[in-house]
Amino acid sequence: MNKEIKTFTISIYTENNIGLLNRISAIFQRRHINIESLTTSQSEIEGVNRFVIVVNITEVQAKKIIGQFEKQVEVIRAYYHTEEETIYQESGMFKIKSDLLFEEPQIQNIIKESNARIVTVNKEFFVLEKSGRRNEIESLRRDLNVFGIMQFVRSGRIAVTKEEMKITEMLLAFNNQ
Amino acid sequence: MNNTETIKKEQGITQKTERICGSEAIIRCLIAEGVDILYGYPGGAIMPVYDELYKYRDQIHHVLTRHEQGAAHAAQGFARISGRVGVAMATSGPGATNLITGIADAQIDSTPLVCITGQVFSPLLGSDAFQETDIVGISTPVTKWNHQVTKASEIPEVLAKAFYIAKSGRPGPVLIDITKDAQFGELDFKYEKCTGVRSYIPVPKINTDTVKAAAELINTAKKPMIVWGQGVILGKAEEELKAVIEKAGIPAAWTILGASAIPTSHPLNIGMVGMHGNYAPNKLTNECDLLIAIGMRFDDRVTGSLDTYAKQAKVIHFEIDPAEINKNVYADIAVLGNSKESLAALLPLLNKNSHESWLQEFKDLYAIEFEKVIKNDISPTKEGLTMGEVLKQINIETKGNAAIVSDVGQHQMIACRYSEFNKTKSNITSGGLGTMGFALPAAIGAKMAAPEREVVAIIGDGGYQMNIQELGTIFQQKVPVKIVVLNNEFLGMVRQWQQLFFDKRYASTEMTNPDFVTIAKGYYIEAKKVTKREELADAVKEMIASKDSYFLEVCVEKEDNVFPMIPAGASVSDIRLS
Ligand SMILES: Cc1ncc(C[n+]2csc(CCOP(=O)(O)OP(=O)(O)O)c2C)c(N)n1
Ligand SMILES: [Mg+2]
Repeated sequence: MNKEIKTFTISIYTENNIGLLNRISAIFQRRHINIESLTTSQSEIEGVNRFVIVVNITEVQAKKIIGQFEKQVEVIRAYYHTEEETIYQESGMFKIKSDLLFEEPQIQNIIKESNARIVTVNKEFFVLEKSGRRNEIESLRRDLNVFGIMQFVRSGRIAVTKEEMKITEMLLAFNNQ
Repeated sequence: MNNTETIKKEQGITQKTERICGSEAIIRCLIAEGVDILYGYPGGAIMPVYDELYKYRDQIHHVLTRHEQGAAHAAQGFARISGRVGVAMATSGPGATNLITGIADAQIDSTPLVCITGQVFSPLLGSDAFQETDIVGISTPVTKWNHQVTKASEIPEVLAKAFYIAKSGRPGPVLIDITKDAQFGELDFKYEKCTGVRSYIPVPKINTDTVKAAAELINTAKKPMIVWGQGVILGKAEEELKAVIEKAGIPAAWTILGASAIPTSHPLNIGMVGMHGNYAPNKLTNECDLLIAIGMRFDDRVTGSLDTYAKQAKVIHFEIDPAEINKNVYADIAVLGNSKESLAALLPLLNKNSHESWLQEFKDLYAIEFEKVIKNDISPTKEGLTMGEVLKQINIETKGNAAIVSDVGQHQMIACRYSEFNKTKSNITSGGLGTMGFALPAAIGAKMAAPEREVVAIIGDGGYQMNIQELGTIFQQKVPVKIVVLNNEFLGMVRQWQQLFFDKRYASTEMTNPDFVTIAKGYYIEAKKVTKREELADAVKEMIASKDSYFLEVCVEKEDNVFPMIPAGASVSDIRLS
């Protein structure tokens, strides 16, 4: 099996329970696997949560930790996917002094070209939001940094997979038992 | 979480509900689960439950241990000998943290436990209240499942789920933390056993194709070898394993936790694998053409260096836990499922066989081990007493019918190597965690769960002092366990490593011990000390004949070593005889 380190997106479908995040992060911690990003939200199924976690590991490691996740009582299913197998993005927010919008006309061009969205504008500051791949957000950050950014934040990755996730069938099977 | 869509309950009996308080509900749940003995220690945050234990004392027997660690290990001993769920109880804070070693031990050795801890009032959570500790957070990495209850109404469903999870599939410890207000609060009580949790598949479905593929490999193998583990005992698959071994004529070895599933005297039982296991099965692991692992997890103490482990062989892995497949050793064929069912499915597909010349190779190597190691261990000619000869006497007096509860160290390896086991569930020891202090309390639990069995604890002078306070429990509860301390005045196993790998620098391994006999007598336990070979046989006889608890100290050679040995990180085939 492949021993080269790659970026994997791990999706974990779980019951919604306090303490589960602790259980999941402990599995990474014990194996010294750094979490590049972690997002948790409601999934496509009512009452089922979905963790989306990005890690750089080998496929051998990925297979093994998927086993560890699925072993947890409140984990319904876990999967790992390569970059090619997912559609993913992140979101960045920029808070910038409003004066700059008028003093530096270039900023307006940057906003237009980057497809960033203006979330709000007031006398003191305006807020930009940009969704996309990490490098797109980073490139916008570099461009704006020249003028000064008051605050910047970037979300973890959210991702959906190209293949079908067979969670619903699994849950239905339980109900029909 | 516990909404009706996510768990399944026992159908049938519809009971009326009754209005009772949370603490009474806890006891009623335990009784409904068939619990008649539990081990624990009271304190502020669990007092309402103890009050109910008092009221229900005719139906449920609470054993006051002398330390919460003792309670956890006693519950483990109870579970290991009976296959039932062991129950331990403690108060919040220090009571709960004292359980942790036993819980961690149960987790790594797949022992079904339900631990109930008291917790501060829920409005005080997170306020650093007196004896508040985040026991759910602390126990998360060492429990199969855990949960905090803050409302009385949650108690029946959560405890039903706790018992179900602890004992189903690959068993393990569950911790339920219950706040004091949940204990005081009222609920409409009705108990329904849990029969399923939707996110949890305890036993994977057997894929018959994998069983067929396994049978094909077994039928064509010239030098097959089985290594079985505790999965056989937990799956109650002893008979199925025996039938498979006998039909296909396959030499079979065991891991430390698999011991006793097949009698020691069985002609195809070729001994223990691992660091201090037998010479033949370790050496021939690297000669076999097919390695059949059954309910075992390729622990590093079993495999030695993975780079040189059974590389020449195809591997079949029978296992209930999918996470164990390819974790340490790659399996050419993985048969997922309960060992009892998968071995039963395998049996009719096997050809009758007897691998006589292959079995002879094991016998030849055994003869070498006997000559170089075993003879000197069990029938020594030197002056000092050996641990092996003590075990031999115990075998003679118990006729191999005793349950041996061993602690951790040299005496443990000797106990596992030389005990004769006629019955399953007879080797109770801390395998995965290697917890010194395990044996004395575990023996209490084992004896109480199986009063009809002879239970002999084999303990080192070091580990004995880690939970020596449980002599108080033995005395108060009148538990007729037999306690043997093999006193070498050393932390022997560590000393052995210092001798072999650290140029005999005996850093903090020599112990000046107290008078153990006086201590036992202080607890009114009959006690004797043996220092000479002539006294040994009679002393063991007297101990086994005793109807009450009995303490026997045997002063053994101080600097004996346990061999064979696979040095840490070496290959199984580099096992040393001296
Ligand atoms: C709680 C705990 N602490 C430390 C160890 C490390 N350890 C393993 S064996 C051993 C020595 C045990 O000495 P003793 O109980 O006298 O048994 P012996 O090896 O002498 O038979 C030690 C310290 C351990 N296994 N468990
Ligand atoms: Mg010792």
